[in-house]
Amino acid sequence: MNKIASLYLLALAVLVLPAQLARAELSIDITQGVVDPIPVAVTRLLGGGETEQVGRDVATVVAADLERSGLFRAIDTRAFIQQPEAIALQPSFGDWRQINSQLLVTGNVGIEADGRLQATFRLWDTFAESQMTGFTFRTVPSNWRRVAHKIADAIYKRVTGEDGYFDTRVVYVSETGAATRRVKRLAMMDQDGANHRFLTNGDDLVLTPRFSPTAQEITFMSYFNDTPRVYIHNIDTGQQELLGNFPGMTFAPRFSPDGNRVVMSLSVGGNSEIFVMDLRTRRIDQLTKDPAIDTSPSFAPDSSRIAFNSDRGGSPQLYVMSASGANPQRISFGDGRYSTPVWSPRGDLIAFTKQHKGLFYIGVMRPDGSGERLLTKSYLDEGPTWSPNGRVIMFFRETPTSKGNVSKLFSVDLTGYNERLVVTPLDGSDPAWSPSLP
Amino acid sequence: MWGKLFSLTAVLLLVAACETTPEETGDAGGDGGTTATTDTTGGDTMAGPVPGSQEDLVVNVGDRVFFDFDMYDVRADAQDTLTRQAEWMQKFPDVNVTIEGHCDERGTREYNLALGDRRANSVKNFLVALGVDPNRIVTISYGKERPAVEGSNEAAWSQNRRGVTIVN
Repeated sequence: MNKIASLYLLALAVLVLPAQLARAELSIDITQGVVDPIPVAVTRLLGGGETEQVGRDVATVVAADLERSGLFRAIDTRAFIQQPEAIALQPSFGDWRQINSQLLVTGNVGIEADGRLQATFRLWDTFAESQMTGFTFRTVPSNWRRVAHKIADAIYKRVTGEDGYFDTRVVYVSETGAATRRVKRLAMMDQDGANHRFLTNGDDLVLTPRFSPTAQEITFMSYFNDTPRVYIHNIDTGQQELLGNFPGMTFAPRFSPDGNRVVMSLSVGGNSEIFVMDLRTRRIDQLTKDPAIDTSPSFAPDSSRIAFNSDRGGSPQLYVMSASGANPQRISFGDGRYSTPVWSPRGDLIAFTKQHKGLFYIGVMRPDGSGERLLTKSYLDEGPTWSPNGRVIMFFRETPTSKGNVSKLFSVDLTGYNERLVVTPLDGSDPAWSPSLP
Repeated sequence: MWGKLFSLTAVLLLVAACETTPEETGDAGGDGGTTATTDTTGGDTMAGPVPGSQEDLVVNVGDRVFFDFDMYDVRADAQDTLTRQAEWMQKFPDVNVTIEGHCDERGTREYNLALGDRRANSVKNFLVALGVDPNRIVTISYGKERPAVEGSNEAAWSQNRRGVTIVN
């Protein structure tokens, strides 16, 4: 089992820099759609013996992470003029500029006396001919992919000024079979699709998994025993716990930012209301009191407010209330039907699903309802989830085909650019992005 | 039109009526109608459905009613069916039922779970108003998770926005 707790990553201080500090700052403003990704050459981390392949694999994962962000373009290793083993103390920058590589990643990898994997990388600006950053990571060898993601995170941060999101996971619902008897299983994978595994066996219909802030637990909804209720799944133990003893269907669960509470809907007699449950005391508080549908609650990252979905105004719209349930205010006023509000980890935006004139959209607006922007549209786009840095949104898309609907995960930048399929072994829905792993 | 749709659905359900899984309506596409006169329940054609059974409900009463988009009030054309269901339940006082509320795929998952619960309870409340003991009825919402038919058009959606009565 890939236990997060057992992981030990050590980021050393920035390596000795060349005499001059980096001039001519190379940076990307990721608030704009990037039309010209920055060319980057990621050389294999040099390693001897058993670590030679690890060095190649780490470089491949780093390059794929960077490229998938849409901000970088990885240069084909076959175009390299200077071979990685020839890069001793400093690269031949001219050789790298000649293949239009603005950024260069070099490094080495080895096994230490205690059996731990040690990986060092350096990021170079080939025009300024200087090192931009560099770190050494130490961990158990089986964690080499996480080392690669940490390296990609460091490069992303150095160039964009924003935290990376590559050392993260995604939990989602894997789907198979005809729509009339769809089999759904919880599944989890690394952000890049690696280390895919199923968490449930498909016997019970499961929906809407969401990570706790430590990424150790998942709250989700299950039809176990034909009784739709909210559960918590512990990733380390694999155990599932029914959450609370409610007199009706509980659904739409989501953790509070501190992980101590779960906010969810309870439906009794056809009326759904939003409740919050303290996981330590098991105390339950009702937050809404309205005969309308009240569901899909999502905490603001500072825990002060909760966005939710209600049809109290006659159609499904987005509302924001205080965390105690006070002062609910409608924030969506555009044409169409709005649902699934999800607060950005940065707090500045709320992502949502919008339905208008037969199409579905993923969009964002500020918490006061201003600045609405639509990022995607299709027959059915639904269920946004944020990367931990608040720059990328994952969602699912159902596409009608002659053989029934196909459901796949997609990601899109906050700018609306860089829409990409997130590859899963089977169909997928209800993605939830983890926080950055510790 | 509704009668035609309904009879097709009823036939399909008849085929699957011996199964215990709720909502096993089978593939509704294609030429499902060819099974209309085929008895697949074991050849006991003389006796017909066992009184008080799911098959009896489907064939002689009607097990489901349909709803308009994003609505949960019982439509006029559903009231006859539910009136017959109430009479049927009075006739078989030992029968308890589960009412499933379902939605079409033109809504988001969590909203549809809430909407399906509204629909199931609309059906329940209608039956209770006609004198059925509420303790004989439980409800469950499947949202958009268990469509009766596949298809991305109004014909399919209108059959999927439904309340289905299942004998426990």
